[in-house]
Amino acid sequence: MKIKPYGDTLNDGKVQVSFTLPIEKNQKGIAAAKQIAKSMGLLDPAVVHAESIENGFSFYILYGSFGKEIDFDSIHVEEITTKALSRKELEKIIEQEFDREIIFVGASTGTDAHTVGIDAIMNMKGFAGHYGLERYQGIQAYNLGSQVQNEEFVRIAREKNADVLLVSQTVTQKDVHLKNLVELVELLEAEKLREKVILIAGGARITHELAKELGYDAGFGPGSFAEDVATFAITELIKRKQ
Amino acid sequence: MLGRKNVMNKLNLDSTQINDCRDLASEIADQVQSFINEHSTVSVERSVLRLLGVDGVDELGIPLPNRIIEDIKKYGEIELGASIYLASALKEYDGNLAKFLHHYSLSSDSICDYPLVKKEEAIKILQPYIDEHLNRIIENKRKRNTYLTEYNRGTTDLYVIVATGNIDEDVVQAIAAAKAGADIIAVIRSTGQSLLDFVPYGKTTEGFGGTFATQENFRIMRAALDKVSEEEKRYIKLVNYASGLCMPEIAAMGALERLDVLLNDSMYGIIFRDINMKRTFVDQYFSRLINAYSGIIINTGEDNYLTTSDALTEAHTVLASQFINEAFAKRAHLKEELMGLGHAFEISPDIENSFLYELAQAQMAREIFPNAPLKYMPPTKHINGNIFRAYQQNAMFNMVTTMTDQTIHLLGMMTEAIHTPFMSDRYLAIKNAKMIQSAMKDLGSEITFKEDGLIQTRAQSVLKEALVLLKQIKEKGMFESLAEGVFADTKRPINGGKGLDGVFLKSQNYFNVISDRLEASFNED
Repeated sequence: MKIKPYGDTLNDGKVQVSFTLPIEKNQKGIAAAKQIAKSMGLLDPAVVHAESIENGFSFYILYGSFGKEIDFDSIHVEEITTKALSRKELEKIIEQEFDREIIFVGASTGTDAHTVGIDAIMNMKGFAGHYGLERYQGIQAYNLGSQVQNEEFVRIAREKNADVLLVSQTVTQKDVHLKNLVELVELLEAEKLREKVILIAGGARITHELAKELGYDAGFGPGSFAEDVATFAITELIKRKQ
Repeated sequence: MLGRKNVMNKLNLDSTQINDCRDLASEIADQVQSFINEHSTVSVERSVLRLLGVDGVDELGIPLPNRIIEDIKKYGEIELGASIYLASALKEYDGNLAKFLHHYSLSSDSICDYPLVKKEEAIKILQPYIDEHLNRIIENKRKRNTYLTEYNRGTTDLYVIVATGNIDEDVVQAIAAAKAGADIIAVIRSTGQSLLDFVPYGKTTEGFGGTFATQENFRIMRAALDKVSEEEKRYIKLVNYASGLCMPEIAAMGALERLDVLLNDSMYGIIFRDINMKRTFVDQYFSRLINAYSGIIINTGEDNYLTTSDALTEAHTVLASQFINEAFAKRAHLKEELMGLGHAFEISPDIENSFLYELAQAQMAREIFPNAPLKYMPPTKHINGNIFRAYQQNAMFNMVTTMTDQTIHLLGMMTEAIHTPFMSDRYLAIKNAKMIQSAMKDLGSEITFKEDGLIQTRAQSVLKEALVLLKQIKEKGMFESLAEGVFADTKRPINGGKGLDGVFLKSQNYFNVISDRLEASFNED
């Protein structure tokens, strides 16, 4: 199946784009915005709004049609296929399968000061009605908070004898989060810990596919809850046990 | 503050409960204050040096204030304070600080090599330096006040953040934001700076998630904002962040370079940066003394509690903490007009009537702290990558501010949780707030709330819970309460965290020429 973006008619290819240009707003600026849209492959771009942001900058909103189409069937993505179990189900499985507590160590690592993501997964209260890992029986969860350096993270992981490592990266600038995630993998490999843990990344810009590419076992993006993460980790631990 | 029209008892709050909360907070702060008075820290002493004119780095790039304090710790008695060591050294250099620093930074001599002078003589030697720097701060305060009287200002200041990592780029973004209508510019610090036990030196153009707070960067941004203030006929305030291991030093540098607002919570470092509580309490006191002297508004960080804990069930922790921050601020001689107590719009929008609860809480803060320039933070926790939804959440937040006369209004960004703001994100946020400020200008003063309705009941119950919590904290004591995780569900052991080794008990002969002078000036008022 070939597809295009959908505006109000199949295959109209309609998209919206907005951006800022480092020039004054005038007819030439509008023409420049149009030209940029055309270079993106948009047909008949229309600048529906142009506004001056003062000081030699201007903001544009455009609509246009994406001319090409893509082959939907040829796309393959890495998806986590395990269906999330409930907290109760997970607690029961842990009790049946393990004669000990499963240890999760999590942190927002590197320079990231945001704990929203890791808190949502780990803290007792969780997020949007989904309890965090701290509340799970059979799980010992250590949330180290934010700005934990990779070295420190690895040290604590070793000290706590972690089964599962959760790394959160919320906000990024100039893709510093990627560098930091890769660094952790390298460090774990150097410390001969990589194979001993289940390594999971999470955050606003993390996908499962990206995480796999970076050498993680799984990645969870926005809209994931503690049970999604726990289901993956516990299932994986059982698999490895066998 | 001009045009505050909204301070009435719309929520039917029980004034006895409010007074009880203040009394309890006062007792809580007194318990800690006696600890504070007996102690000093390496960062307090470094600030003393900075306020006497010690600046610059040595050949290894170590800031001279750090080098001197480490030197005293190693070869002298830090318990005496830094003042006496500097005075004793200067005596050998005809009282010439520049000459001494030049020699000191190039040699391996210790500052403890000089015979110690008596306190009276020390004060006399240091007097020209005390006068020079404290007068500069008073001059800065006068200049700020001239700007503020000369140019009009609305009830609410719109506050935006720049965070490029490069101070030159920050200037470009700050000017654009100011011209679009922002009243306050905050330069976010490079992440991790709060955990450095020194302040980097000079102009910086590289940082992550923000730009290093240095005295030179402060100066560069202040100069740029003065220029745009004069062009726009609107004084653009400059904000930076003191929280961390160098709280008083950043306050000192901010005072010297005319910052207008400083994040300076009494507990934020403990809870969110795992800085030792003793260190933080001593540091917050001295930094707030400096702010009180220089007329810098402090901002407190209660909003952060709600990004970690639930905004609906934990609202009373914010209020209790505001009372405590207020009590500590009073002890540092801060006037109410300088107490920018923090709170936030963080209830999940999926909760029915969430807007009403937010309105209740914001109005409650306004009524309980009528003279405080309240700092109101935008939604962040329940913002996802849907920028259109975020824009709508921010509009609701802007409405609450306009209806309840919040003073320092941090603009929400529709790209929250995606990236540090693009120029257009900031621009659209300012336009969003401006439209609401104008379209709903007098709505707040036109409406009253239904007696015993949802809004009144909500505010009353938060106040009541705050009172219960303050009682508990008072009984347990502040240190123990923090150890048990009273705020933001975060437990901090009394002797845990970073920076404890920088705290010391003052000796009987300790003196601090700067705090003596500051305290004296407050007592004159």
